[in-house]
Amino acid sequence: MSMQSPLSRAKGMGSAKEGLHHWVVQRFTGIALVPLSLWFMWSMVCLAGAEHAEVVAWMQAPVNAVSLSLFVGVAAYHSALGVQVVLEDYISHEGFRMVKMIVQKFLHYFLAALGIFCVLQVALGA
Amino acid sequence: MSQSQPSTNRPMSPHLQVYRWQITMTLSILHRATGVALTFGAFALVAWLVAVAAGPEAYAAAQACLHSPVGAVLAFGWSFSLYYHLCNGIRHLVWDAGSGYSMKGLYTGGYIVVAVSVALTAATWAVLLGGAA
Repeated sequence: MSMQSPLSRAKGMGSAKEGLHHWVVQRFTGIALVPLSLWFMWSMVCLAGAEHAEVVAWMQAPVNAVSLSLFVGVAAYHSALGVQVVLEDYISHEGFRMVKMIVQKFLHYFLAALGIFCVLQVALGA
Repeated sequence: MSQSQPSTNRPMSPHLQVYRWQITMTLSILHRATGVALTFGAFALVAWLVAVAAGPEAYAAAQACLHSPVGAVLAFGWSFSLYYHLCNGIRHLVWDAGSGYSMKGLYTGGYIVVAVSVALTAATWAVLLGGAA
């Protein structure tokens, strides 16, 4: 039995059924970033003032290459989800908001792709 | 996703300036502000990775930027932002699990987040500046 009123059923509106995915993925990426960001800060402190060759050697260790790639990718995803909420909250004009949304998503995908590519390039010694 | 608001002449609800300052609202605003700051920090990190991949000259230039006064201030801000957003994010996860909603819990959790993120930032920079000296 439907709990909707006849009018609301005719209008066909209601939950877009999309919010839950955003909410869950924001938490999953957040949980993943707890160990990843602590590892990242620790690594950056250890690498402070290092020569180029030292950084390359560090990045060529598989555990560092994989962790850094994960950190860049997951952080970009988490950032895209967060910036999406900020834009939804503060931009009321729907068209302008859509443009900003597409731009921010593309920038974040570019950020993740470029960052991971650079890590792999150094790690694989190209 | 909110729909565009119909134009009406209904009175506006009271806005920010009528509220007494509370640490809880400051921490909430700071969570969003540090999140946005970290988005810019992620771009800086990828720029640094590009420099590492490009070779020793580009890396030296990136390090010079990082060690300039502006670079150092930004790095300090990003380190605090990361620690704060991390700690307060864990506070949010506790809320998501259904805990910590009492008034006492909200304030205690808030003060713990501030204390831990300040301590982590201080420890990080103590090591960084101690190592450089």
